[in-house]
Amino acid sequence: MNSLSKTSKQLIQLHVNGETHDAVVRSADTLLIALREQLGLTGAKRGCENGDCGACSVLINGKPSHSCLSLAVEVIDQPITTIEGLMDSPVSKAFVDNWAIQCGYCTPGFIVNCHSLITTHPDANDELIEEWLQSNICRCTGYEEIREAVHTLLASGQTENE
Amino acid sequence: MIAFDFKYIKPTTAKEASKLFLNAKQKGNKAMFYSGGTEIITLARVNQLQTDMVIDIKGIPECNVLEIRGNELVIGSTVSLNDIAKSKLFPLLGDTVQRIADHTSRNKITIGGNLNSELIYKEGILPLLVADAKVKLAKGLEQRIVSLESIFKKQLELETGEFLVQIIVDKSYLDHPHMAKKRTKISKVGYPVVSVAALVKECQIQIAFSGVCQYPFRSFKLESVLNDTKVPVMERIGTAMQHLPEDVVDDIQGTKAYRTFVLRNVLKDILEELELTK
Ligand code: FES
Ligand code: FES
Repeated sequence: MNSLSKTSKQLIQLHVNGETHDAVVRSADTLLIALREQLGLTGAKRGCENGDCGACSVLINGKPSHSCLSLAVEVIDQPITTIEGLMDSPVSKAFVDNWAIQCGYCTPGFIVNCHSLITTHPDANDELIEEWLQSNICRCTGYEEIREAVHTLLASGQTENE
Repeated sequence: MIAFDFKYIKPTTAKEASKLFLNAKQKGNKAMFYSGGTEIITLARVNQLQTDMVIDIKGIPECNVLEIRGNELVIGSTVSLNDIAKSKLFPLLGDTVQRIADHTSRNKITIGGNLNSELIYKEGILPLLVADAKVKLAKGLEQRIVSLESIFKKQLELETGEFLVQIIVDKSYLDHPHMAKKRTKISKVGYPVVSVAALVKECQIQIAFSGVCQYPFRSFKLESVLNDTKVPVMERIGTAMQHLPEDVVDDIQGTKAYRTFVLRNVLKDILEELELTK
């Protein structure tokens, strides 16, 4: 039985981007807070902190997840991938090539989500793409370019790092 | 950020979970069972919820089951909405939960969390009500299996220290003709103006509603009106409107008149389509 005390901070280990990191957290700290403030991984952005915008998206066990809606202590035994773990990935390149970035605040969340989409469903159709992308909001409304980036990638068949 | 502290515990048995809850209560502390945790985290962040302890039930193997066992489909309370939809084991349930929140959130929202939600919608319960589902509940050393309908009175009425372990659906319900319809105000992702799940069993439509009243419901009276095929469809729908359990919701998501209008149209679509399958 895992048990973390009410008031004191605890030392936990998080498995992020293939490495194990120590973090000192309160039980009430979300994964987003632990990533940004303890691990210095500031790619996952703080947006709504309410599960609505997708700016904080990371992969937990390969699945897109809002890091603002998980407690850090809840995911100590699970592999986590953040945008920092997807540097130079085909999705990141496709976003650049397709001008799918304006202010960039939503971009890490979109890239993480799109990476999971194309690796889980390399044959994704428009309906599936729309279903997945509905989880992220782009305040600059660059949706067309983002969709284009996903389409280009799926058409190229280059869905994994080579 | 959540401004207050709480203790996090992840027990591995139902017995242990329940004991932790009751011990905390005895000491005057507040404990909460935690499954996906999305609602607890969002409400705690804005101080609409306070707790001294969260008991994460995802470590309990019985709560993570999703399989056919003999003549029954068993769904653990901590199974995520996406996993239920992906399994395709109960298509009506899959269709319904796939329209709750957004795809990323559905990786975290669990069926148990949805059924216990503070929100009025709890759409995951609709297919379970029409499929006459049973639930397995745990408290202390005791576990009991009861019909969902018997403990769902506007919300799940659980005893103190009791929690939902599993949902059990008779296999015979899994492939009946069915329909799920959800209408939202604007976007595809959002709370329902009206959400309905229906299936046909022995030539009778069994139907449950969310978004219409302040809680999800299935009404036998309303079903008998809708199934009276001697009466024209629109007349039946008109009579059914008089048998709603309470006033139609009137709020920013939809006025009473708008919800009633949408409900009538959804019912028309459902009756016309499902009656062809009878
Ligand atoms: S910050 Fe997590 S979804 Fe908006
Ligand atoms: S690029 Fe600015 S929010 Fe999306």
